[in-house]
Amino acid sequence: MKYIDEYRDGGLARSIAATIAREALPGRHYKFMEFCGGHTHAISRYGIEDLLPPNVEMVHGPGCPVCVLPVGRIDDAIRLALRPEVTLCTYADLMRVPASGGANLLKAKAAGADIRMIYSSMDAVLIAEAEPTRQVVFFAIGFETTTPSTALSIGLARRKRLSNFSVFCNHVLTPPAIRAILDTAALPEVERVLVDGFVGPAHVSTVIGTTPYRALAVEFEKPVVVAGFEPLDVVQAILMLVRQVNEGRNEVENQYIRAVTAEGNPIAQREITEIFEPRDTFEWRGLGSLPLSALRLRDAYAGYDAERRFTIVPEPAADNPACECGDVLRGLKKPAECKLFGTVCSPEAPMGSCMVSPEGACAAHWTYGRFRDRAKTISDRAAA
Amino acid sequence: MSWPRLRVRKLDIRNGLVDLSHGAGGRASAQLIDEIFRESFDNPFLNQGNDQAVFEAPSGRMVMSTDGYVIWPLFFPGGDIGSLAVHGTINDLAMAGATPLHLAAGYIIEEGFPLADLERIAISMGHAAREAGVAIVTGDTKVVERGKADGVFITTTGVGVVPAGLDLSGDRARPGDRVIVSGSIGDHGVAVMSKRGSLGFETEILSDSAALHGLVAEMVGAAGPSIRLMRDPTRGGLAATLNEIAQQSRCGFLVEEARIPVRPEVMAACELLGLDPLYVANEGKLVAVVAPDAADLLLGAMRAHPLGRAASIIGEVTHDEQRFVQMTTAFGGGRIVDWLAGEQLPRIC
Repeated sequence: MKYIDEYRDGGLARSIAATIAREALPGRHYKFMEFCGGHTHAISRYGIEDLLPPNVEMVHGPGCPVCVLPVGRIDDAIRLALRPEVTLCTYADLMRVPASGGANLLKAKAAGADIRMIYSSMDAVLIAEAEPTRQVVFFAIGFETTTPSTALSIGLARRKRLSNFSVFCNHVLTPPAIRAILDTAALPEVERVLVDGFVGPAHVSTVIGTTPYRALAVEFEKPVVVAGFEPLDVVQAILMLVRQVNEGRNEVENQYIRAVTAEGNPIAQREITEIFEPRDTFEWRGLGSLPLSALRLRDAYAGYDAERRFTIVPEPAADNPACECGDVLRGLKKPAECKLFGTVCSPEAPMGSCMVSPEGACAAHWTYGRFRDRAKTISDRAAA
Repeated sequence: MSWPRLRVRKLDIRNGLVDLSHGAGGRASAQLIDEIFRESFDNPFLNQGNDQAVFEAPSGRMVMSTDGYVIWPLFFPGGDIGSLAVHGTINDLAMAGATPLHLAAGYIIEEGFPLADLERIAISMGHAAREAGVAIVTGDTKVVERGKADGVFITTTGVGVVPAGLDLSGDRARPGDRVIVSGSIGDHGVAVMSKRGSLGFETEILSDSAALHGLVAEMVGAAGPSIRLMRDPTRGGLAATLNEIAQQSRCGFLVEEARIPVRPEVMAACELLGLDPLYVANEGKLVAVVAPDAADLLLGAMRAHPLGRAASIIGEVTHDEQRFVQMTTAFGGGRIVDWLAGEQLPRIC
């Protein structure tokens, strides 16, 4: 398939991998974090780990919007959906994310809540138009990639003068999350994530550009290479990171030049700023409360804000105490190091959010990569 | 004195709707069966008008299978619920290496369903059955109130006869055996999804819905005793089928992504929707596991049949206590091809 096959060329991948193996210094360990779930998925699905030399290690970051959504917000969404007048429209990824007490949206739907799975935020506006007696709420999640389409749907609802459409906004911002991973000076040593560089976001960067990462690269002295989601993009970005480390550079480089510019997409940015403003603070699963890390609707659009329309009062909700999604999301632990992984937590019966979305680190490792744990066990045994 | 003969007006197929009387067992039921099903299926067993079909039993082992069809939309590029209900059950019989003989069909129809659509479905079933050389010899029709069903549900049951000396079963795969797929995967699922309301996208892809017993007969003729098993990878796609066999046979698989045929249009649609073609349903493809020394012979026989032209040896059976289906990716790495958890969900970004 044109424009796809070129980025999945196995021959080219092997040749880049050989260059990585040649240039990675034998006495040094390289640990890079891929921020995005899209990269995590590509690494697992295409078996990229198999192409890397043993001293180049990838750890997974928090860039999976489903994974970082705290339990309390899913609880809020379920309570909303159970109101008789409400039709909750959601992306399908969220349906099986575990909420408090073993609940999830799929079970709420089975119990009679009017929950519809949609593919685009615009579909929610069309449902609101077609069913004027229903209060249609769009369960909006995602990083800067999906925020513009939520903004456009609010704009469309306003132009259509729909009074029965609102958005339960959970849009989050990428740069504060990267800062939270790197800004660990105040943490005890065991909780510090030590990475040598980042494979930077792909689709997020098409919207915000590469400039916002510059301050982070300089302040924390870590290289960032923005990369596309195709496997060759990832392999090439890893090579670029190895070179930056070897040369002592901490720059923001752009591997994804076919889609990303330094300044990003000004039209999308304008749409976002027109409708949304930063929240003072927002709770992230795994990262805790981060200042100025998420968006809410501006007062001028308060009428479309489900939190205000339905006066949603957050109730405290705790994760399953044994679930280590938090450490996995910060790159402190690998999925297989969690005690629940593959024992009571699997994609069929997820305990934590990382096991739900195909972009979640645990789901990706379970679905595509868990045979490597066995290989490791065998080689460990042989070594012993 | 003589009574005038009761004149029954013919069904208004163009504008009429199925109502509860059509399932009540009275004259309206008889008329529906007569004018829609008997006309479309037209065979001596059905024409006798009994509640059952009586036929000669062949000697040897027989095979029987049943399947329910609830597909939505009812009509999709390359087929409809009727042709699917014929092909699907024939294929379940054929996967035992059998020659299908007869089908029975049961309908649950929702009140208000257009007679024109019902006739279109019945004609399509009759056509598919005649093309496959199998007769729909008996059936049943029920009508339920509006909202208690979704248009029409069909169940078909089939019987067939298994050639002597043939023993195909999911627990017979052995390490070293070769795995062959009969053609491109994912066509049916993508064709159906392209017509689902909220997804609607333009595509030329047709469902691969087809009866496979002709292909199977050629395969059995060429390599009969060396074939360990056959499966049609329907719901859950090739991935589910390989995992089922791995469980049954207590083995693993190692397949090569580059050898699995996928049409570019199907690949493109899957890219767009965030799906993996390995998990997308097929209705006219089969997977065969065969002893290694007969693999090339079997592949040749398959490729000589119109439904097996794109057949490909995709990998082999491995010894694996954990029963992993592993795949060498075209990119050069390795991965598992796991069971599908829930429905395949589109990714959001």
